Amino acid sequence: MNSKSLYQEVILDHNKKPRNYGTLDNATHHAVGHNPLCGDHLDIELHLDGERIDQIAFHGESCAICKASASMMTTVVKGKARADAETLIQEFRDMAVGKLDIESPHHLGRLTVFAGVRDLPTRVKCAILPWHTLHAALNSVNITSTEAEDDPMHAAIGDA
Amino acid sequence: MNIVEPALKSQFSSAFDVERVRADFPILKLQIEGKPLVYLDNAASSQMPQSVIDRLVRYQTTQHANINRGVHYLSETATAEYEGSRRKLQAFINAREDREVIFTSGTTDSINLVMHGYGRKFVGAGDEIILTTLEHHSNIVPWQMLAEEKRAKIRVVPINDAGELLIDEYEKLFNERTKFVGVMHVSNALGTINPVKQMIEFAHSRGVPVLVDGAQAAPHMKVDVQDLDCDFYAFSGHKLCGPTGIGILYGKAELLECMQPFKGGGDMILSVTFEKTVYNTIPHKFEAGTPPIAAAIGLGAAVDYLSAIGLDAIAAYELELLNYATEQMNDLAGVRIIGTAAIKTAVLSFEVRGVHPHDIGTLLNQEGVAVRTGHHCVQPVMLRLGVPATTRASFAFYNTMAEVDIFIASLCTVQKIFI
Repeated sequence: MNSKSLYQEVILDHNKKPRNYGTLDNATHHAVGHNPLCGDHLDIELHLDGERIDQIAFHGESCAICKASASMMTTVVKGKARADAETLIQEFRDMAVGKLDIESPHHLGRLTVFAGVRDLPTRVKCAILPWHTLHAALNSVNITSTEAEDDPMHAAIGDA
Repeated sequence: MNIVEPALKSQFSSAFDVERVRADFPILKLQIEGKPLVYLDNAASSQMPQSVIDRLVRYQTTQHANINRGVHYLSETATAEYEGSRRKLQAFINAREDREVIFTSGTTDSINLVMHGYGRKFVGAGDEIILTTLEHHSNIVPWQMLAEEKRAKIRVVPINDAGELLIDEYEKLFNERTKFVGVMHVSNALGTINPVKQMIEFAHSRGVPVLVDGAQAAPHMKVDVQDLDCDFYAFSGHKLCGPTGIGILYGKAELLECMQPFKGGGDMILSVTFEKTVYNTIPHKFEAGTPPIAAAIGLGAAVDYLSAIGLDAIAAYELELLNYATEQMNDLAGVRIIGTAAIKTAVLSFEVRGVHPHDIGTLLNQEGVAVRTGHHCVQPVMLRLGVPATTRASFAFYNTMAEVDIFIASLCTVQKIFI
């Protein structure tokens, strides 16, 4: 894996101009994600209309990989049903840790620009943090972390 | 950035023959991502010369047995080599006696030994321990554990924006409850060389003993524990071109003798019955169980290697590296050096405007450049200086001016990617 290929134009663009960056006035769900290894943190706020993610916003301090992952995630899950978002969370996580066969059917679309992190073990957490935090927000767990015990990924996904 | 012509570089050519030194380190021949390795993470761990690697192999091949036990040839040989290594370390730091040199697993273990052996015996409720803002977590957390257990208090010496200790404030922290001082000799994150001799002199004028965390000093300058007059001095083997899993605690004999043992077990006793155990004399009182014998002997070979080059020559050459790299970095727009003490070792912590340290670290690796990113186990320093994390390039005597150029050029590449 060439790490430069991870820093593709689309990732650099989302880092520079993050979409859905900020806060929501009418959030129904909220979670904060921490990566204690680097001190990065991310706030995700959701407004759910029934089972549908009606609005989503994020803000925080993070590296380019994390910020771009969060930004692209918000654009993809906005308007989707909770269950579909949970599927994406699972698929994204599998892709980041190298468990997903990119050639087989999946729903990630252009999110596959992050596939390269699987070869950079120390950066996997950066890419996954927004997705962990989204999962926590959907399940109304208020604080999440990329480290062991607090890791919502240790809970079954999609059983909210 | 400045393009440095070979002619310009040559003006730095001192008596120090860096190419000859580099030939001693097999790992420096590695290619990373198709590029020559530029190893600038020496403050985290340094690399090992062939002579140390060979010494480890020779020990395991022809000399290994358990020490202080058998009457057979191998046990006697291993014991003699282990104790011989202790004497090398004694000479390396100019300790008065070899029994003042205790083998530990590293600096963290050394500090924990002092906390348990000295702190738990001599620090009580309401007493105060002075530490500094610069301390590594390993010289904070053990004392917090002690403070919690004894209901003692920790007082912290502040720093200025350059990352230098405020010595006037240090002196004001002393009172009749002050029982101990812990201070690092050199800051791992910023490179600041602290005026430990002066600080020790002041503490002693108040009758307070001082532990110096020398993990970042011992590899880069001549350390003389008698000249410093420190009560304890701790450092690690793996930052000193030696193996991991071995370190040193120097302590004044009279203090070590009155301390409690840290770990109980074999080797640290003279006699054991279920009614009463008599502890061994120092240093053995603090070396329970079978130690990492090979690592201890390897550390002896490492200090032989460094002493042959000369710590003064190493310090002088590393200062040239620091000055050159600092100058180059100051010429880069958008790059800010964190830690600008007047007297420092060859450590450059920095921020690149608009780029997170982790992104810098990953992209520098692409150029073959190894640096550390993050909080460097000094979260209070990061908090004080208002930076969440930094990127740190830390140099050793086997780095070259040409490597500084590669490092600076790689930073320019990072900046271009993030424009």
